[in-house]
Amino acid sequence: MVQFKLPKNSTVRVGKTWDKPTGTANVRKFQIYRWSPDDGQNPRVDTYFVDMDNCGPMVLDALIKIKNEIDPTLTFRRSCREGICGSCAMNIDGINTLACIYGMDEIKGDVKIYPLPHTPVVKDLIPDLTHFYAQHASIMPWLETKTNRPAKEWRQSIEDRKKLDGLYECVMCASCSTSCPSYWWNGDRYLGPAALLHAYRWLIDSRDEATGERLDDLEDPFKLYRCHTIMNCAKTCPKGLNPAKAIASIKKMMVERTL
Amino acid sequence: MADVNRGNRPLSPHLQVYRPQLTSITSIFARITGVALLGAAILVAWWFFAAAMGEGYYNFVNGLMTSFIGDVVMFMALWALCYHALSGLRHLIWDIGIGLDVETAEKMGLGVIGGSVVLAILVAIIV
Repeated sequence: MVQFKLPKNSTVRVGKTWDKPTGTANVRKFQIYRWSPDDGQNPRVDTYFVDMDNCGPMVLDALIKIKNEIDPTLTFRRSCREGICGSCAMNIDGINTLACIYGMDEIKGDVKIYPLPHTPVVKDLIPDLTHFYAQHASIMPWLETKTNRPAKEWRQSIEDRKKLDGLYECVMCASCSTSCPSYWWNGDRYLGPAALLHAYRWLIDSRDEATGERLDDLEDPFKLYRCHTIMNCAKTCPKGLNPAKAIASIKKMMVERTL
Repeated sequence: MADVNRGNRPLSPHLQVYRPQLTSITSIFARITGVALLGAAILVAWWFFAAAMGEGYYNFVNGLMTSFIGDVVMFMALWALCYHALSGLRHLIWDIGIGLDVETAEKMGLGVIGGSVVLAILVAIIV
């Protein structure tokens, strides 16, 4: 349900301001969300100052520098540092994106970093994505076939393969789903942009033979139809994909199969 | 993720930190104007109702509706109607599966905002 205000245990307080680095004028201010499961305190926003003369260009570079040189307790997920693993998705400067491929030159003023919006926080910038992954699993993200296996691979024409472009590139970083107000309010039952983009990826796969069952499963007032084309998903996707369009295509398939 | 058992985990900020987008603003205004138009429809119905109730009551309601505040409210309702209609048109275009790329969606969003203001002023001048 719609809850505009944060629950009592989630309201954000002003946190610690860490010392500025000495001997440099090129300093940038970072405001970063912190929460520890161990001290029973509310979340807070800590302020850090980073020497930009000795820092890489991406937001992740600054986070790693803070963790290495200022505050080793700062906790976040990261792995590939090149936008392919989807681990470092977070809310940076008011939008969701991957810290590793978001340049600090794109941000005006202080750098504000929060965990992905409207998620249960495990620690600092780490959201609990259990439910998000379960929803992805629920759309059967694999090839479903009924005919006998071919001797070699399942073949697909070049044209049919092209239909998967703009869909298969998704790295499941959850930026889109956690940017969606509909998913904030109804995420327990609405599948959200990421899971639906994946649903469409299998619906239009020429090799898949469970199209009807897949559509039956999505024919539900909440799973699919809570999308109101707000388009925060397409706007925020760090990979430049368009879940809103994929969802509209599923809605269209729903109509077309009744004709 | 409203109903997930998260123990004592806090909920991360959402509306508080997410930057408003052109498409999210036009979307929420489609809903706000829709609800507001229901209120405006009740006002207009009240006006007719007053006419049926007799001269004294009608003069009272008519006075309210044609006062400066009444004019402002009715002009806002006119704009809301234009906005809601254009926004509905945008949704119909989306429903046939076109105009869903971010650039076109934002252009149509600006069109809805600008168009609704122009349309409302035009109607107000003509009528």
